[in-house]
Amino acid sequence: MAFITGLLNSMPGAISQGLIWGIMAIGVYITYKILDVADLTVDGSLCTGGAVCVIFTLNHYPMGFALLMAVIAGLLAGFATGILHTKFGIPPILAGILTQLGLYSVNLHIMGWGTDNGSKSNLPISVDKYKLWVSSRYVRDLAGNNPMIVLVAFIAVIVFVLYWFFGTEIGASLRATGANGNMARAQGINTDFTKVLGLMISNALVALSGALLSQYQGFADVNMGRGAIVIGLAAVIIAEVVFGKIFRNFSLKLLGCVLGAIIYYVVIQIVLRLGLSTDDLKLLSALVVALFLALPYWKNKLLAKGAKKGGK
Amino acid sequence: MLEIKDIYKTFNPGTVNEKAALKGLSLKLEEGDFVTVIGGNGAGKSTMLNAIAGVWQVDDGQILIDGIDVTSLPEHKRAAYVGRVFQDPMMGTAPTMQIDENLALAKRRGKKRGLKANLSKEDIKDFRALVSILDLGLEERMTSKVGLLSGGQRQALTLLMATLEKPKILLLDEHTAALDPKTAAKVLEATELIVTKNNLTTIMITHNMKDAIAHGNRLVMMNDGKIILDIRGEEKKKLTVESLLHEFEKVSGEEFTSDSAILG
Repeated sequence: MAFITGLLNSMPGAISQGLIWGIMAIGVYITYKILDVADLTVDGSLCTGGAVCVIFTLNHYPMGFALLMAVIAGLLAGFATGILHTKFGIPPILAGILTQLGLYSVNLHIMGWGTDNGSKSNLPISVDKYKLWVSSRYVRDLAGNNPMIVLVAFIAVIVFVLYWFFGTEIGASLRATGANGNMARAQGINTDFTKVLGLMISNALVALSGALLSQYQGFADVNMGRGAIVIGLAAVIIAEVVFGKIFRNFSLKLLGCVLGAIIYYVVIQIVLRLGLSTDDLKLLSALVVALFLALPYWKNKLLAKGAKKGGK
Repeated sequence: MLEIKDIYKTFNPGTVNEKAALKGLSLKLEEGDFVTVIGGNGAGKSTMLNAIAGVWQVDDGQILIDGIDVTSLPEHKRAAYVGRVFQDPMMGTAPTMQIDENLALAKRRGKKRGLKANLSKEDIKDFRALVSILDLGLEERMTSKVGLLSGGQRQALTLLMATLEKPKILLLDEHTAALDPKTAAKVLEATELIVTKNNLTTIMITHNMKDAIAHGNRLVMMNDGKIILDIRGEEKKKLTVESLLHEFEKVSGEEFTSDSAILG
């Protein structure tokens, strides 16, 4: 019984975290599913978004402005990876790793802005002193300051805008780039441009997610993005497995990513309550994602074998 | 309409895999020319089309389309002038997008793409009518994902996409080679119809000598990165597979290497 009540108690927190990471998962969906690129920039740009948001808030800029700056920082991070890929000819995975590594130093300097040695690995921000839009403190309150309200509103706007964008001429050319780059170029689409654009949009969402996350948890930390890509992928893959058959519409697919992230955090809560150490969480996440990525591959192999036998 | 002046292309220069694919190729097409191209494996047929389309830059020489020097234009910019259908049915369409979405992408070939809706209501109507000329029943499946179509249906759709906005030049790279004979005949029929109706300047590579003789007003034979034979008009009408084979051996000093060309 104590297990159940404890679990129920932790649900608002798990759902809130799922909503925040759901925004990140939508970003991962854009690169991984639409552009067909696994972009590892996100491990760095998540923290960049958090660091930028917190440092501007600490310097008494309005929250709306701090979030806007975080989004712009994300756009720049995606731009860097895009240029490394398209203009320097570096494979996208490696380009993302390079940006991510570089961002580690950048993030330290953002958080250390204005301090004596100009570098800091952790930057706290108190909800008592600053007007934060989302905070874990109010996660169980049935009031307007509950973070879930703001998060749901953010997600609604993001899904609406992306749904519109991917139906436009530019949005469609981005989809074509991921679906078949050859065809895209033959139809006059500058695939270098669309790839950079996709990476920028994706990382802007990831940075926004990081900005909301650092407010929610009350600090930005240089390690907050470590393994973020795996959580994002987990959410995208869970969404595909659970909702793939019923969510056909594009906006529903984006929402599916958010639901996937929520499921991920609920499951994490359950295994933690069952006694798993938080130290082992990353290993568990990696194994789960590896398994789900392998499933379609194994399925195809089995089907191919069956077809061969059947043909005899 | 198209002028290729003495172009050269060597792949992997300086390595063991070095391959001189085009060795001083020149070709001039008048408006409305429908040229069929034959030649053995490795003669440089596809390489020629890729050079025209700008998949990569040529090492030397010049390419003009309708008087415009496109030699240094990247592939996506040349697409404004060039319509293409590939040998691989997978290559010409976006499988995860709908039939009408693919056509909408093709409609904007060579134009600026902005934040207008990719697919307008008028487009949907126009595309239905357009697709119905293929006589494949695709007009009832306009919102199906292209990945669900057969190879022949995809090739026919790619052909429509390549000609939706009238290209200065249409490049067909053995676009029926991967299809079964019946489907191949149907796609070839659609090709003839569309090319004639729009008076398109066309280059069609084929492995099939009969097709090469039956279609177009001009036949070009390639060997070793160059054009070795260029037959047109009345002379082309008199060609037979045997005379063509004989001609090939005479000009190149080798036997024709592709069995399918003779048997097909």
